[in-house]
Amino acid sequence: MSKNTVSDRFRKVDVDEYDENKFVDEEDGGENQLGPDEAEVDSLIRSGNLMGALQAVLKNPPINTKNQNVKEQTEGLVLKVLSSFKTSDLEKAVQSLDKTGVDLLMKYIYRGFERPSDNSSAILLQWHEKALSAGGVGSIVRVLTARKTV
Amino acid sequence: KAEPTKLYYHEVHIYKKDGNNWSKIHVLKEHNGQVTGIDWAPESNRIVTCGTDRNAYVWTLKGDAWKPTLVILRINRAARCVKWSPKENKFAVGSGSRLISVCYFEQDNDWWVCKHIKKPIRSTILCLDWHPNNILLAAGSCDFKYCPLIFISKEVEEKPAPTAWGSKMPFGEVMFESTGTSGWAHSVCFSDSGNRVAWASHDSTVAVAEGGKTAVCASLTSETLPLLCVTFITENSLVAAGHDCYPVLFVYDSNKAAMSFGGKLDVPKQSAQKGMTARERFQNLDKKATADSKEAVLESVHKNSISQISILNGGKAQCAKFCTTGMDGGMAIWDVKTLESAMKDLKIV
Repeated sequence: MSKNTVSDRFRKVDVDEYDENKFVDEEDGGENQLGPDEAEVDSLIRSGNLMGALQAVLKNPPINTKNQNVKEQTEGLVLKVLSSFKTSDLEKAVQSLDKTGVDLLMKYIYRGFERPSDNSSAILLQWHEKALSAGGVGSIVRVLTARKTV
Repeated sequence: KAEPTKLYYHEVHIYKKDGNNWSKIHVLKEHNGQVTGIDWAPESNRIVTCGTDRNAYVWTLKGDAWKPTLVILRINRAARCVKWSPKENKFAVGSGSRLISVCYFEQDNDWWVCKHIKKPIRSTILCLDWHPNNILLAAGSCDFKYCPLIFISKEVEEKPAPTAWGSKMPFGEVMFESTGTSGWAHSVCFSDSGNRVAWASHDSTVAVAEGGKTAVCASLTSETLPLLCVTFITENSLVAAGHDCYPVLFVYDSNKAAMSFGGKLDVPKQSAQKGMTARERFQNLDKKATADSKEAVLESVHKNSISQISILNGGKAQCAKFCTTGMDGGMAIWDVKTLESAMKDLKIV
């Protein structure tokens, strides 16, 4: 047996670190992306202005921040707004969004699917159906290919 | 008329059209790996192929057989796409080595030499297209950041006239890049004048950029599956096709710097609904759990994704016929005039 077999520390070396052609993903700074204004959204929900709440919660999406807290907070807030809608109002709400709004809504919907809570999946599925008829499969493709995730 | 087909294989088959039939007349075998790109230069009658074996071959017709000449690309990953330049004196190969090899023939040594364009490419080059001035090259890659990139590739020619994309042109210089779309670029295409470039990206968008003092970019998000190929058929109209298996028309309005959807170009004939016998209905319920008579068969001409569109007649300025080839192994030829008259509201400007 040669001396080499004594230690296997070399197996734990990350050779990719030493590759000079290594792909370094530059994250565009998202430091000033704070997410939607929670107070504003809450007051709009309480006052019953759900359409307004939807518009407000889709503002300032925390795209690409390294701050996971902001993302989770935003997702929670979005879920709150989406759950407070009556089923019959869903379609009108989706119609009021423009193309980028529909794409953004799809991103939040899929984010919500990732961590299901009690009733969230059912509500999200209803929103998904309406958003799909507005945005088509293209909007889902954009969720899948987006590097800048909410 | 002859068409080369590259198979997902390491051979190239050339078919010749005889009336309405196509017959295989040549088989080109030289590549050791899958042939990923092929381009036929109509004037000089040469074919260039590139493959996963990291090589490119230039084929010339000698007598009745095609003779290959190896081109050393100096890449260490597979070659992905290849295109002859408009003057057919050079060709560009995009590869997984994150560079473009521009190859030209050196008369003294009687072989093909290549020059590399590296910066700022950060990922595999998926598609290429040459500007009509034989100098500018547009490339689309997988790096999610820049698409398309327009490079200069002049080595032996005299200084070219300034174009819409700029006037100072050292080799390998980037003249234009855009971060507008996300997702890897499947196809890139210059317009006939070279002032516009269009690209289709995997995030289901198609975009056009127009060169000028400040380049203008217009993109359109579509509701369909991603498009795999795009080409100009006039200076303002684009035909694109992809995973939805039918070609579509897009129109670019330069005054508004905006793109709009022009229409689907493949409207299947509505087959008469046959009445279903009780037996068929029961069979459907048993087999497919549905009482519907609709079969799970695509009604479009192509039954699988369309991977390439080529202009047959008329060039990119006034295309009269174009041809689509798809992953279903099929090839369809579309006549623009017939399409225009068949679909009302379809206007090709």
